[in-house]
Order: sequence, then structure tokens, then C-alpha cells
Amino acid sequence: MSVVLITIVTLAGLGAIAAVILYLAAKKFQVFEDPRIDKVEEALPATNCGGCGFPGCRAFAEALVKADDISSMNCPVGGADTMSSVAAILGKEAGSAKPQIAVLRCNGSCEHRPKLTNYQGASSCAVAAALYGGETGCSYGCYGCGDCVVSCQFDAMYMDEATGLPVIIEDNCVACGACVEACPKDLIELRNKGPKSRRIFVSCMNKDKGAVAKKACAVACIGCGKCHKVCPYEAITMNNNLAYIDYEKCKLCRKCVEVCPTNSIHELNFPPRKPKVEQETPEQAQAE
Amino acid sequence: MERLIVSPSPHIHSGDSVKKNMYGVIIALLPALAASLWFFGIGALIVTLTSILACVLFEHLIQRYLLKKPSSVMDGSAAVTGLLLAFNLPTNIPIGLILIGAAVAIGIGKMSFGGLGQNPFNPALVGRVFLLISFPVQMTSWPVPVVSRSSYLDATTGATPLSIIKEGLGTGKPFSELATEIPSYLDLFLGRMGGSAGEIAGIALLIGLIYMLIQKIITWHIPVTVVGSVVIFTGLLNLIDPTSYANPLFHLLTGGLLLGAFFMATDYASSPMSVNGMLLYGIGIGIITVLIRTYGAYPEGISFAILIMNAFTPLIDKYMKPKRFGEKVATQKA
Amino acid sequence: MQQKIGGQNVLKTFSLGGIHPSENKRSADRPVEILPVPPVVTIPIAQHIGAPATPIVQKGDAVKVGQVIAQSSGFVSANIHSPVSGKVEKIDDVVDASGYRRTAILIKTEGDEWEASIDRSPDIKKEITASAEEILQRISAAGIVGLGGATFPAHVKLSPPPGKTCDILIINGVECEPYLTSDHRLMLEKGEEMLIGVQLLMRALKVEKAIVGIENNKPDAIHHISQLCQAIPGVSVQPLKVQYPQGGEKQLIDACIGRQIPSGKLPIEVGAVVQNVGTAFAVYEAVQKNKPLIERIVTVTGLSVKKPGNYLARIGTPMADLIEAAGGLPEDTGKVIGGGPMMGKALTSIDIPLTKGSSGILIMPREIASRKPVENCIRCSKCVSVCPMGLSPYLLMTLAEKAIWDRAEEEKIMDCIECGSCSFTCPSSRPLLDYIRLGKGKVGQIMRSRTK
Repeated sequence: MSVVLITIVTLAGLGAIAAVILYLAAKKFQVFEDPRIDKVEEALPATNCGGCGFPGCRAFAEALVKADDISSMNCPVGGADTMSSVAAILGKEAGSAKPQIAVLRCNGSCEHRPKLTNYQGASSCAVAAALYGGETGCSYGCYGCGDCVVSCQFDAMYMDEATGLPVIIEDNCVACGACVEACPKDLIELRNKGPKSRRIFVSCMNKDKGAVAKKACAVACIGCGKCHKVCPYEAITMNNNLAYIDYEKCKLCRKCVEVCPTNSIHELNFPPRKPKVEQETPEQAQAE
Repeated sequence: MERLIVSPSPHIHSGDSVKKNMYGVIIALLPALAASLWFFGIGALIVTLTSILACVLFEHLIQRYLLKKPSSVMDGSAAVTGLLLAFNLPTNIPIGLILIGAAVAIGIGKMSFGGLGQNPFNPALVGRVFLLISFPVQMTSWPVPVVSRSSYLDATTGATPLSIIKEGLGTGKPFSELATEIPSYLDLFLGRMGGSAGEIAGIALLIGLIYMLIQKIITWHIPVTVVGSVVIFTGLLNLIDPTSYANPLFHLLTGGLLLGAFFMATDYASSPMSVNGMLLYGIGIGIITVLIRTYGAYPEGISFAILIMNAFTPLIDKYMKPKRFGEKVATQKA
Repeated sequence: MQQKIGGQNVLKTFSLGGIHPSENKRSADRPVEILPVPPVVTIPIAQHIGAPATPIVQKGDAVKVGQVIAQSSGFVSANIHSPVSGKVEKIDDVVDASGYRRTAILIKTEGDEWEASIDRSPDIKKEITASAEEILQRISAAGIVGLGGATFPAHVKLSPPPGKTCDILIINGVECEPYLTSDHRLMLEKGEEMLIGVQLLMRALKVEKAIVGIENNKPDAIHHISQLCQAIPGVSVQPLKVQYPQGGEKQLIDACIGRQIPSGKLPIEVGAVVQNVGTAFAVYEAVQKNKPLIERIVTVTGLSVKKPGNYLARIGTPMADLIEAAGGLPEDTGKVIGGGPMMGKALTSIDIPLTKGSSGILIMPREIASRKPVENCIRCSKCVSVCPMGLSPYLLMTLAEKAIWDRAEEEKIMDCIECGSCSFTCPSSRPLLDYIRLGKGKVGQIMRSRTK
């Protein structure tokens, strides 16, 4: 009997002492945290992708609470909805960032860009890029080892076996920018998603002279400047033998797509053209 | 001309491969297998074959149907696990138990951690210890060595030298008197004693070790430190009190010490990477083995000792780095 | 100077790790042949470590052999001289060994007219008249870079930073790379000139002692140079055990004089300077003969090459010409390597030119050149035991693969000398060095940005 009693008393005593210590410790080491941080964090998508530029959603929430003006801060995953609910919690003005999406600025598929060498190093674009300019004659193009696919945590990318290029699944892409970071050749760009997901971009990063670029890849931008001349909105700039379309200025008129001699300008999610035009640009279907 | 291959340097390779190492271990185990067949006959054959086939089959099935990956059983690592598991079992153990042991060794010990090279514990020992704890009776009935035996499950059994000494010392008999009850040291060295299938013949294991060292499959560090620390530790105990502690030679030649030190402790995946780490690991195994043998409940402790030190391997790897170039410094500057 | 241990001669070598690949020195007994001047040479302006040189000629300019065509653009940079006489065809971007386009000067050869100041007589000029400053100035003007393959401008190494002193010069005649024999042939054929170069280097560095380290697989070179050394005070030969990567500066210093360079430091920290035998010979030519670095000895070899040999070729000669001289590209060619098999660079085409750092052209049959499929790391620790720097390659590879740069820095990834022993030895054929090299690049960037 006494054994049971002693056991109970000892355990109860130990429990009580531990409780007191815990209570005092909790009081003494309590850290005050703005309760709004938790609320904001809850409103965020909890993907911890780093697309906002902060290490994880918690850090972003802290920054949002701290900042006076949050109009320049954006969660690419949640988009405008999330940001307006965050703004409501904090009583601040949300910015009006347009939704963006990743696009691949290389169209040098196996068919368009013949391989000259056979890469056998570690299967990583970063390793290949540190070694040399790639298997093809174009030293600006995609290595096809899929570092971007590995970096994507939203299952929004896969490697197309036939072309050797990564494909971005529009519905899954949240524009977190992980692939942009991962690509050693800076081939992936975040661009405005555009109305009805329609957008136009130059799918090439080759800065070589026209003849050299064309020899290496059939669909390279040769820097001829035709698109630059035809663009009514001055959205296209020419630099280092390469055209670039400013997505803020582009009005999606598609004139540049028509004049491009190498089909390096891509249009996405447009309805088919009128039959007459379509005959002139049969490659449009392929560009989709 | 075909396209030129481009890759980062180096452009040549030693030709070493996982297969070479694994089959090398199997070759190194062949003398011990021969000794086992000599002393335990048909039982050794059945146990060894069952164990190898079961391990290879389980690995294949898990990779093909559970992990949906190409099967890599041809690299020989599953066969090594099977062979080592068999060597750690008595030769009269029922086939059902071998299958359970193989399933645990491959399924839990190896594949659940990611397969080749990823296992924190020696898979064969995981299987063996699982069986030892679950089926203590079957796992500790040892057939006595009889040349060219043809009986399997009903083989005559007897105690191992280790358990004779352990029980005898426990009852207070002096070691010198007990030593007369066990086979001579020469017989122990040649393998004429009760025990697990592959652990009995010291000479065969030694030949295997020499082969592995010549083939550069393993380095000397772990085997030597394990054996060395056992000898030193038991030697000290024996010096202090020769009546209640067995002498080092006895410890060296009995039980699974040599099999463990040469083949189990040296398992690549579960042993440390740096030389310093290997030495510490080996000493740890030696000391724990002796502690279990002399003070523990089991007569043999090498399996547990290896598993315990396996658990320390990540820690050892973290703190015991290889000696770096330039650490000894420019002090020698004239 | 052999150590006697246990009654046996034990040759010196470095203290940690190392491997011994098959030597395959097929061209060791082929005397150096002089390759004819090619019709067009292509001279990249970046042939050395450091800032690229600045071209000072223009299209259409007539140049003579030995005339400066691109000027050193900083302290760590080197002059480039015309290796032929003729007209500058153009200055253009040309595909280099790594597939990128880099600026190069193309010269169309017309005759073979040399600068008048160059002494082309075959006599060996023994007496040294130049002062230390003059020697340094000549070396710098002649555009001499480390000819072992690292192409670090020679004058930089010969100018110890303030506060550091040098007491010994080590000459690298190790040639630890398998296949290559150019340094071996140079020691045999130009040993006397090379040793005058050594004396010049000693004077420039103001040191009294020099050691020529030669691996034991070249007994004829050891014998030849030892005999020549007897007449030269302070210079001796150190025979070394054959062990790769003994030609690495740090390993060579450790092997020859037992001093280890601390992590992140240069050889001067332990009072040593290392130069290649080829560099020593170039120094002789520059100082005594006033001849800049316009040609070098190249080994062209490979298991299935018909006529492996050693060639004296002008810088800018297309690799294809050299391969042609060696009997053409074999049928089974899989890989063409600029340099040795351990540290050389795989070439993307054979049309690229010979540069100052090209010690050899190695043609590998397809079967040997192909990499084997990568398997899981089995933690065999062989990479750890062969690493000459005492690193843990398996760990560094994982850290680089997973982009854990801070841990990689702690594990001294920057100490890696990229010798490739780890990848060579890995039973699982894992691309250890590929990732470690990547990690070195990233960690180096991070470290530099921190000091800024």
C-alpha cells in the first residue's frame, strides 16, 4: 500500500514542480508577436516557394505586417485575391500586380537545332553550362537536362522527349520564379499572363550574328529587325542581334509574328486566324 | 564520323564498379562457405541457398512492383546480404524462418531506406537480430560439427564454446578448468566447433580478408581495430583475473567475431568514411562486443555491437573528418 | 636523394591520397618533330588565366614572327606575339574549345620572316648577363605563361608579394598525366637549355636552391638531367614515386621538400615557387635568345592513333593539322581532349587552334571515352582515401547537388584541386568532380561577393 502511495505522491510532486518551472519559463521567455502575422500567414497559400522574394510564407507575412506600403509586394501564387485579403487584414492598400507566367525563350528543338557533340557529364544544366556551350552550335540555347523541371515544385514543367525542351503547363504555373533562377542560360522569363492568357514573345536568346545563329538553329532570332519596324506600339527593341518584346507595351496585334522570317516569335492562346492569313503562316499551329 | 563526346574531366575511369566489389566480397566468402559445407553438410547448403535466393528475390520484387524501378539485383549486393545472413544462422534453422529473416533484412534493413548504399544498418544483421529476438530457441540451437553430415533439421545439437564458457564462468568455475571442455585452439581456428553457418572457420575467414585487402575492396582499418581492441580489452581482463575471464585467443577464435570484424563491420554503407572514423568505429565495436560477451545476457555480442556502432556512423562522419592537406602546416619551413 | 626505409629505397611522394592510372605513354620515345607553319593561324586573345590581352593590330596589317599583336591588359595578363609572318586577315569571334565564341586574331601566313631582334642561331648561350629585374621584364614581355596547362602568367608567380620570401625553386618535370610526353621529351632534348632557364629563374627569384622533380617512370630523363645538374651549383634532381596528381603544385612541394601549403594559400606561403620545365625552357629562349612564346611542344597521342608523337608547333595551328601529322583521326574516335586524360578539356571540334596551354592532344576511342551509367553511392570511401587534399568528395558532391553552399564552404570545397582522382576511382561512376567543380564556382562567387 505504502509503495503505491509513495509512487503517487512522488509523481504528483514531480508533475507539480515541472508545471511550475514550465509556467515560469513560458512567462520569462515569452516573445511578443504581432497576432496579425499569424492571420496573414493563414491567408497566404503556404507553398513556401519563395516567389515573393522572401524565404517562405512566414517571412513574407512578417514583412507584410511590418511594411507601411504593401502595394509593391505580391504573392505570385495567390495573386490579386490573396493580396486583397491580406490588405483587408492589415488595413493597407494592395498593389495591382498583373498575374504572370513563365515562358521558355528557346525553341531549339532537336529538329530545329542539330546536335554537334554528345554531352556525357552529370545530368545537370548547371554542370553542362560550367563546362561548355552545349551540344549544339547555339551557345545560348537550352541544354535540356531539366534543372528547371527539378526546381519546379508545382508540377508545372516537364521535359518533352521529342523536342528536348521543357514544357510549361500553364494551369499549374504560379510564376514563383524558381525555374528562372535554376536556368543557367536565363532562358525562362516571367511575363504578364495577358488577357485570356494571350501573349506574344520572342522564343530565342541567341545573340550571335544572323548567319551564325541561323546556321546553328532554324528557328533562331537572326536580328533582322523586321518585327521592330512593323510594331506600331514600339514594344520591340533590338539589342545584340536579338529582338525583345516589352510585355507592358505589347498590344497583341500579332503583326510581328507574321513578319518574322524564322518563326522565332511565338503567340499563345490566340484563336485561329482567318483562312487567308492562316495559309500565309501555316507554322502558327506549330507555335501553339 | 559520329559526334564527339564532351564531358568534364577526368576522361578515364579506374574500371572499378559496384559489381566488382560485391562479387569480390562473395569470392572472399567462398572459403568460409566451403568450411561450412564441410562441417555442417546439407544443412549449410540449404540455409545458404535459401537465404541468397530469398534476398535476391525480395529485392527484385520490391524494386519491380513496389518502387517501380529497374531491378538492380545483378549488382550482387542482395546476394552478399543473403550470404551474410545465412552465415549468421544456425544450419538447422527451418526454411520459413530464413524467409522471414531475408524479408526483414532486405525489406526493412535495406530497401525501406532507399536501397543500395542508403541503409544505416547492416541489412544482414538487422535480419539476424530480428530472428534472434523473435525466435530465440531456434536461433540458439547449434548443430555440432560432423564431417559430411546429411541431416538438416534433426541434426544433433550442442552448445557453442562461447556459451559453455559463459555458463561455466557464471557458475563460478575457473576458466582454466572450463578450457578443457571446449575444442583445442587449433580446432577452433579450423572451425571444428558449434556455431552459425559461416562463423566457425577462422582460417577461411582470414583467407577471405586477405583476398579483400589485396583486391582493395576494403582497407585494413576496421578489421584490425575491431580484432585489436577485443584482444587488448580481453587481455587486460584476463591479466587482472585469469580465473573468471577467458583469454584473448579464446575470444578471438570463437563466435562470430572474425566474420563480424572482416565482413559485417566493413559493410560500406553503414561504416564511417574517414580513416579516423573507421578506427573509432572499430574500437567501439570491439569494446561493446567484449562488454556483451563478459557482462551481458547473450554469450555473443558482435551483432549488437556492430548495429550499435552503425547507429553512431552518421555522428562519426560528422565529427571525424579525414586529415586534410595543409593542416600540419608550414611549421616545417626551414 | 632517396630515403632508405627498411633497407629498401622508398621514393618520395606526396602524403595524402593519389592514384596510379595506366600510364600509356606511347609517344615517350618519339623525338620532337617540327610541324610546318600552317597557312592560317587563329590566335585567341584569352590564352591565359587573367584579363584577355588587347589586340593592337588591325585587319590588313603585316606582321612578322615575334611581333606583339595583343598587349597584356593588366598585371595578371600576358602579351601575345604573332607566331607567323603575314597579314592579319580579320579579328573576329571564333568558336573556342568550349563552344563559346571568343575574340581571336586570324593571320594569313606569308613566308617566314622573323623579327630581327630574335637570335635564331642554334648555339646554346650559357653565360647569364641579365639582372633579376631584366629577367622578369623579359619574361613578362615575352608573354610566358605556365606551360604545364594552368597558363598562369609566369611573371606574376615570380614576383612574390611584399612580406613573403622565397627560398626554393621547384621545377615540375613530373608530367603525372597519363599519355603525355611533351615535358619528358623536352627534358631529354633541351635539358641543357632548360637548366639555363632554371638558373635564370633562380636569379629572378634570388634563391640559391632549385629542385627538379621527375617521376620514376622517366629514368632516362632523371639520368640526363642529374648529369647536367652536377655542373650547376644549387640545382638537383628529385626522383619521385609515380603517383597522380604529383604535378599539382601543392603535391609537388609536399613531395619534394615536405612542406604543406595551408588551405587557401599559395606556394609562396611555404617559401616555394613552382615552374614547369616547359616554362623554364621558354624563359631561356626569352632571356637568352630574345624569342617570345610563339611555339610549344605538343604530344599527339591516343590508344588507336597511328603515329603518336611529339611536335613543335606554332601557337594558333589548328588541332586538325597536328592530328593529321599523327596519322589522322582514327575511325573509332569518341573524344578529343586538349591536355591529359585526367584534367584535360574535351574539345567540341578539332578545328580549334593550339594555344599556349595545350600540352597535348589525346584522342580517345569511343568505348573508353563513354561514361558508365551512374549508380547509387555505396559509401565505399574510396573517394575519400584517394583525395590528395584530404577532402570528402562524396559529401561535397551531395552538398553541391543540393545547393547547400555554406556547408560546402565549411567542408573546404575551395581546397579541391580538381585532379579528378575521386571520379576516376568511384565504383558507382558518380560524377563527383562535375558537381564539386560547380560547387567551387558558386562558393567562390559567394566568397568574393562577401569581401566586396
